[in-house]
Amino acid sequence: MIAAILVLTGLALLFGLILGYASVRFKVEGDPIADKIDSLLPQTQCGQCGYPGCRPYAEALAKGEAPINLCPPGGETTMLALADLLDVEPLELDEEANKQPEVPEVAFIIEEDCIGCTLCIQACPVDAIVGSAKHIHTVIESECTGCKLCLPPCPVDCIIMKPLKISPNNWKWKPPHSIEKDYPVIPSSTESELEESV
Amino acid sequence: MRLIYGKMPLFWLYHFMTEYLLIVVGTVWVNNIVLSQFLGLCPFMGVSRKLETAMGMGLATTFVLTLSSISSYLVFEYLLQPFALEYLRTISFILVIAAIVGFTELVIHKTSPVLHNVLGIYLPLITTNCAVLGVALLNTQKSHGFLESALYGFGSAIGFTLVLVLFAAMRERLAAADVPKAFQGNAIAMITAGLMALAFMGFTGLIKAT
Repeated sequence: MIAAILVLTGLALLFGLILGYASVRFKVEGDPIADKIDSLLPQTQCGQCGYPGCRPYAEALAKGEAPINLCPPGGETTMLALADLLDVEPLELDEEANKQPEVPEVAFIIEEDCIGCTLCIQACPVDAIVGSAKHIHTVIESECTGCKLCLPPCPVDCIIMKPLKISPNNWKWKPPHSIEKDYPVIPSSTESELEESV
Repeated sequence: MRLIYGKMPLFWLYHFMTEYLLIVVGTVWVNNIVLSQFLGLCPFMGVSRKLETAMGMGLATTFVLTLSSISSYLVFEYLLQPFALEYLRTISFILVIAAIVGFTELVIHKTSPVLHNVLGIYLPLITTNCAVLGVALLNTQKSHGFLESALYGFGSAIGFTLVLVLFAAMRERLAAADVPKAFQGNAIAMITAGLMALAFMGFTGLIKAT
């Protein structure tokens, strides 16, 4: 009887010690999946996904709370990489997120109306707005990503979006058209026929 | 016998190899842990929806089963038998298995967080996988030695993984198949498993009882 108790207790103690050591040795710091997702995201901190930056979006993705198709700067490449990492089906890019303005836009503060409330400074994910309390704010054009996150907090609606003036400093090559867009695999007529037959 | 072996070392090796090969072949095909002993059916039905998950589950189970059959042999041989406590083997084997599963979970969480996420609840559920406890108990029942226990555990785990992966591949195809409404979902999976077990019965003739 005593031998049985001792043997079982000893066994439990031994395994407890091993597991205790292992939990220290193999301790996981933070959320490794969120780290991996974060490294796939473009780190523009634009906030167009609806989260205040890339890291919060990565954390929401790791928890499974957000769809993988919300990142316009990353585009399809990022979405496919996320689908591969998280082992989920690839999705079409979110229409709202996919909709890029024809010309890149930047925020502009109408300085006559600005009351110096600093609310837009707190909203800006890239710190592109300068100014202090009760002083006029302004937008640093070269830093603005055009995410429009500063528009809703402004109490006097003095922030507008302006098309970015193309100058030799910020001009970029146009991205090449994808082959699929110019030469669809299925001609449009057969596609509609297929839909009818289904 | 020792005289013959001493003079013919190769024959000894041959005998040695066939004995252990027989255990592996026997556990993988003939006495498959899932399809002919009907142990470990819960993960067999639960984790076989996707091929990749099935492979991860097979890998984790292989690790746990091999390690647990070795350590439960050691516990039985050097702890329970010397104190004449054979009647305690079930509870002590459960203790051994739970500890090994906990250890495996920690290691997987550290080394492959994505696999840890995919396996989810099924990883701790290996603890209650009857195949793991079943193999440990069968080892003591058949009074296997150290190497025999290890190979029996490893072979059973390979058999489990093989069947799980084959079944998952079939279920992935079945998901796209035109199954009659009454048989859709788990019903057709059960029928498939039954047919697989029938097919595996064909391996019975592979090894002659000696």
